[in-house]
Amino acid sequence: MTSLPAVPTPKKLGLVIDLDVCVGCHACVISCKEWNTGGYGAALSDQDPYGPDVSGTFLNRIHSFEVLPVGAEKIGEAGDARIVHFPKSCLHCEDAPCVTVCPTGASYKRGEDGIVLVDEDMCIGCGLCAWACPYGAREMDLAAGVMKKCTLCVDRIYNETIDEIDRVPSCVRTCPANARHYGDLADPQSDVSKMVAARGGIDLMPEQGTKPVNKYLPPRPRTALADSAVPLAETSAGASGFFAWLDGVLERI
Amino acid sequence: MHPALSIIVFTTLSGMGYGLATLLGLGLFEPAALATKIGYLLALALIAGGLVSSTLHLGNPQRAWRALSQWKTSWLSREGVMAILTFLPLTVCAYASIFHDRHLVLAGVLAAGLSLVTVYCTAMIYGSLRTVQLWSQPLTPVTYLLFSLSSGATVGTLLAVTGASRPWLLAVLAVLSTVAAWMVKRRWRADGKALPPLTTPETATGLGFIGRVRLFERPHINDNYLTREMGFQVARKHADKLFGIAILLGGFVPVVLLVVAALAANAMGPGLTAFLAAFLAVLAHYAGVFVERWLFFAEARHAVMNYYGR
Ligand code: SF4
Ligand code: SF4
Repeated sequence: MTSLPAVPTPKKLGLVIDLDVCVGCHACVISCKEWNTGGYGAALSDQDPYGPDVSGTFLNRIHSFEVLPVGAEKIGEAGDARIVHFPKSCLHCEDAPCVTVCPTGASYKRGEDGIVLVDEDMCIGCGLCAWACPYGAREMDLAAGVMKKCTLCVDRIYNETIDEIDRVPSCVRTCPANARHYGDLADPQSDVSKMVAARGGIDLMPEQGTKPVNKYLPPRPRTALADSAVPLAETSAGASGFFAWLDGVLERI
Repeated sequence: MHPALSIIVFTTLSGMGYGLATLLGLGLFEPAALATKIGYLLALALIAGGLVSSTLHLGNPQRAWRALSQWKTSWLSREGVMAILTFLPLTVCAYASIFHDRHLVLAGVLAAGLSLVTVYCTAMIYGSLRTVQLWSQPLTPVTYLLFSLSSGATVGTLLAVTGASRPWLLAVLAVLSTVAAWMVKRRWRADGKALPPLTTPETATGLGFIGRVRLFERPHINDNYLTREMGFQVARKHADKLFGIAILLGGFVPVVLLVVAALAANAMGPGLTAFLAAFLAVLAHYAGVFVERWLFFAEARHAVMNYYGR
């Protein structure tokens, strides 16, 4: 079972995340936790939930990075530094190392749509798959002792008991900025594939050889801060009429 | 990587057990000697003890049997299968020695071969992870095999000076394999530290085209499973000191003690001096390998830490 599908999966369901749009609000983190703690498999537990050392299982986390333009040692030296909010969850890799290392067959990649899942009844909680994933997309639930990961909301996307508009992953449905998109990346005509083509979508850590299905749309270039800043009124040289009179009065006081 | 005690104890003790099993299987010991019989029991106990301790870190150990099913792709599964296969000829050999004072050549060779294959599988669990660059070096399994052989041969010397075999033979084997193990290990460590990082924050985020990427805010204020499991860090200067201590304890000290044990056994026959020297050699060797194994984990950096600014 932990052999990967022999042929490329006919569908490659996954996410496209727009780094130009994400505002880092963490709404998807919360909606993911809310949906998945009551959905597929064991609940996403928290340890010391109301104490100072609170921590818990999350399938989606947002990091924020500062990017300093090449050639700069200090901020502002070679153009403006940028803050990029960076959502990260399982990328449902085509060549998923987390699957092949699993000794029990609990981890598998579905042949039909490429979703990577854990059968929790078979998982022994050895943690090796979390070591094999370069992206930190797998977290052991400390209460259940089994491995948790993004299921691409497999219990929503095929779920005919909910409204059609809701048949997308919870994070995608929730994102208030529309930074997250869901679709079939094997189909070049799908909206997500077109988006990736138009914006030059990228793979994370291509050197790890995982061939991730999820793609990230790089931030677009920005106008330099200095160009769009409104200059502060330092002198009153150009003042006329009432303002010239006021200027004169204030000058005399 | 977090140096979990159960995994360190497992890999070092079972390594010692498999090393000893290899030498026993190769027929280097007199099958009728009491010390040889004890040796068989010790090898079986070390291997079994190691396996039990390896299940201690599982989230659901009651399902551990399932880990035998995926030998086609998983080195962890292969290790489990090989460990169980090794028990068969090894137990037969132990039985023949303990009850019939005989060494069975075929079963012995099988036990020796399977022992080495098992150690190789253990090493490849780590060696096959591209996410941990230090471990994915080709020399990783070589270091595991050499440490297994050298700790087995050190215990073998202890058995030999109590009448199980020729002390010189085992002492020479132990000294040679110990020296080889530390030489390869030093090389492995130096090579590993010199490697340019495969994955950087720039490739991890894909933002390298803008410039240098630095973590601004982590996802949550507190540690999580990932930072606890993969974010362990040991200060460079401490790591270097610990590595020196490991070589001293696991290399120099046992080599001297092994020579003393062999000389004493040669001059006075099996006696207290030889026994004590060999016994201390075993303890020192184990302590050294234990520190080495702790560092194997503590010094390893996982690719995911590129997202956590560590
Ligand atoms: S992102 Fe990690 S957990 Fe998800 S498929 Fe890839 S390697 Fe596996
Ligand atoms: S933690 Fe579970 S899913 Fe992951 S490798 Fe171990 S048995 Fe497989």
